[in-house]
Amino acid sequence: MIKIENLYVSVEEKEILKGISLEVKPGELHVIMGRNGSGKSTLANVLAGKDKYKVTNGSIKFNGENLLDMLPENRARAGLFLSFQYPVAIPGVNNMYFLKAAVNAVRKSRGEEEIDAVDFLSMIREKLKMVDLDESFIHRPVNDGFSGGEKKRNEILQMITLEPKLSILDETDSGLDIDALKIVAKGVNDFRSPDRSFILITHYQRILNYMKPDFVHILMNGKIVKSGTMELAKEVEKKGYSWIEEEVAEAA
Amino acid sequence: MSNELIKKSIAEDYKYGFETDIEQDTFPPGLDDDVIRAISEIKKEPEWLLNWRLKAYHHWLNMSEPTWANIKFNPIDYQSISYYSAPKKKSAGSLDEIDPEILETYTKLGIPLDEQKMMEGIAVDAVFDSVSVATTFKDTLKKAGVIFCPFSEAVTEHPELVKKYLGSVVPATDNYYAALNSAVFSDGSFVYIPKGVRCPMELSTYFRINAANTGQFERTLIIADDSSHVNYLEGCTAPMRDENQLHAAVVELVALDNAEIKYSTVQNWYPGDKNGIGGIYNFVTKRGACRGKKSKISWTQVETGSAITWKYPSCILQGDDSVGEFYSVALTNNFQQADTGTKMIHIGKNTRSIIISKGISAGKGQQTYRGEVKIMKSAENARNYSQCDSILIGDECGAHTFPYIDVRNPSAQMEHEATTSNIGEDQLFYCNQRGISTEDAVSLIVNGFCKDVFKELPMEFAVEAQKLMEVSLEGAVG
Ligand SMILES: Nc1ncnc2c1ncn2[C@@H]1O[C@H](COP(=O)(O)OP(=O)(O)OP(=O)(O)O)[C@@H](O)[C@H]1O
Ligand SMILES: [Mg+2]
Repeated sequence: MIKIENLYVSVEEKEILKGISLEVKPGELHVIMGRNGSGKSTLANVLAGKDKYKVTNGSIKFNGENLLDMLPENRARAGLFLSFQYPVAIPGVNNMYFLKAAVNAVRKSRGEEEIDAVDFLSMIREKLKMVDLDESFIHRPVNDGFSGGEKKRNEILQMITLEPKLSILDETDSGLDIDALKIVAKGVNDFRSPDRSFILITHYQRILNYMKPDFVHILMNGKIVKSGTMELAKEVEKKGYSWIEEEVAEAA
Repeated sequence: MSNELIKKSIAEDYKYGFETDIEQDTFPPGLDDDVIRAISEIKKEPEWLLNWRLKAYHHWLNMSEPTWANIKFNPIDYQSISYYSAPKKKSAGSLDEIDPEILETYTKLGIPLDEQKMMEGIAVDAVFDSVSVATTFKDTLKKAGVIFCPFSEAVTEHPELVKKYLGSVVPATDNYYAALNSAVFSDGSFVYIPKGVRCPMELSTYFRINAANTGQFERTLIIADDSSHVNYLEGCTAPMRDENQLHAAVVELVALDNAEIKYSTVQNWYPGDKNGIGGIYNFVTKRGACRGKKSKISWTQVETGSAITWKYPSCILQGDDSVGEFYSVALTNNFQQADTGTKMIHIGKNTRSIIISKGISAGKGQQTYRGEVKIMKSAENARNYSQCDSILIGDECGAHTFPYIDVRNPSAQMEHEATTSNIGEDQLFYCNQRGISTEDAVSLIVNGFCKDVFKELPMEFAVEAQKLMEVSLEGAVG
């Protein structure tokens, strides 16, 4: 699905990612954990193509294509989805209108016909149920005045509507109450399939009670310093990160 | 935001920039009493109107250009402008007498004038430089008792109405450009809706500047008698030229008891090129008087064209329970400047006004909203709601808001909201991440921003306005 090799990234002359390599195969769910400021969102944004981030070294292959050569919208159309840590509001733009524009942009790029308003509405009603959002949400401006949890559920709504191949969820579980967490987790679980992959960025092991990761990686100082399974996440939750830091220091 | 695409000219996309090659009678440049006499004579005007013009002219000579607006331009040499230009071929009445080149021009502009192709439900008065060349659906309107004709025809056919109302809303001496217009006005539309009549179709005037070095000074007068109703649309375009051209129109609206006038404009004069060369100076006075009880005047404008726009469609709310509305979208890109807004003067009791203004600045565009709400002592229980929002695209443009509020009756209820925001990189990236291209994202956001105004436009205009915004913003972000 995606293969990141030796990725170096800087922002405003500051090096943030320092040689990341990661391969995610179809159907896999990878978890990335790490301290605040370790570079998790940077990685997510680079994958999505935000232009402030400069790739100084390394390569990324996305289903055989050179991801770094693609415009952000083309990455999205090719099936890469980012659930933002802080989804931005777009006042005045109706949520449904926005989603429809997105769906049609993806369809058009595939040479498919645009979906008409009636079909779209009935499709979106189905999806709304899956994330337990009221229909009124799709008639409101995008993320405008949404609560934190509503924004996150709206991101999942977009994900299951756009049906990407690779979903990167940047702290989609943060700030959710326990019911919302279950809804989000269920949304992701129902959506999992052998040809879809996920990169889940999180601080908490609790979401992993609801979904089974294939790998857990620890990002520290712009590098993946340790990889493991579910057990690693539990250990981090219990002991924090300093023991890993010490391990790294010893190895060096 | 990468700046590469910003440089793309919008002038390339100004579809209406062509010139019609026809023979025209054009006055030599210059302005004096004789020029005014000559205009009046061509139009076979009565003595009183000539005197009205001359009075306005002499008043104008003693006035100076207003300097309070937030716009910059080189002084206009009023002696270098020609004050009259008309196609040689006479075209009074019948369509087969119109120069085919002119018919072709209007067809190209999307306003077919010949019988078979006329737009359904909309009667059009086509004004070409200084004269009206055709008015469609005249008979249908006549049956309903509606008068819709070129202004010069109204002067000869309905002198009593013209004499009664001309200058009654915008006096000949009102301001510099209105005085100039009163002296030299050429053509425009005249509308009279009789008592109790709902105009059976929408009325529309399409203004086209063609001749070079001429000014366009139209005059529009709309009178809605008791309990009548009319929807009026105005459109305008001009060829692309390197020199600036002056367009100084006056529009007067009068609504009597229970009458309603809805006046919509899509202003798309040539805006000049990407370097700010050329374009129309659009210095216009538009004012409506809600003279009757429960009368209503509603202005909706979409201003995307012109190098400079100086325009404040206003309402004088004299009748008790009368209503004034102003809905505006103004867009400035490249070097365009706009100082626009409205005035709501509350005089009658229980008068209400609404102001919704949406300003969009891109490129090096500069935009000012200037609005005045005045509640006179007599205006018991007056209400106003104003909302002025600006959106900035890029960091080289500017938006300024000057609301003036003057309340002389304590029972007034006033509400004012204003916002300024940027189309942020984060918003564009969010759209991109969902597969939406940057250009589509900008028009999505801008159209969302303008929604409250666009919904006031008649259907055909709303669609056109949306398209126009897209074209005008093309290349505004990269
Ligand atoms: N646009 C930017 N300009 C300057 N510094 C930035 C920018 N984006 C990220 N950084 C810096 O890069 C580092 C990594 O930030 P990033 O957002 O990737 O962290 P994170 O691991 O997602 O943290 P958190 O868990 O708090 O979300 C931080 O020190 C941050 O300040
Ligand atoms: Mg983060």
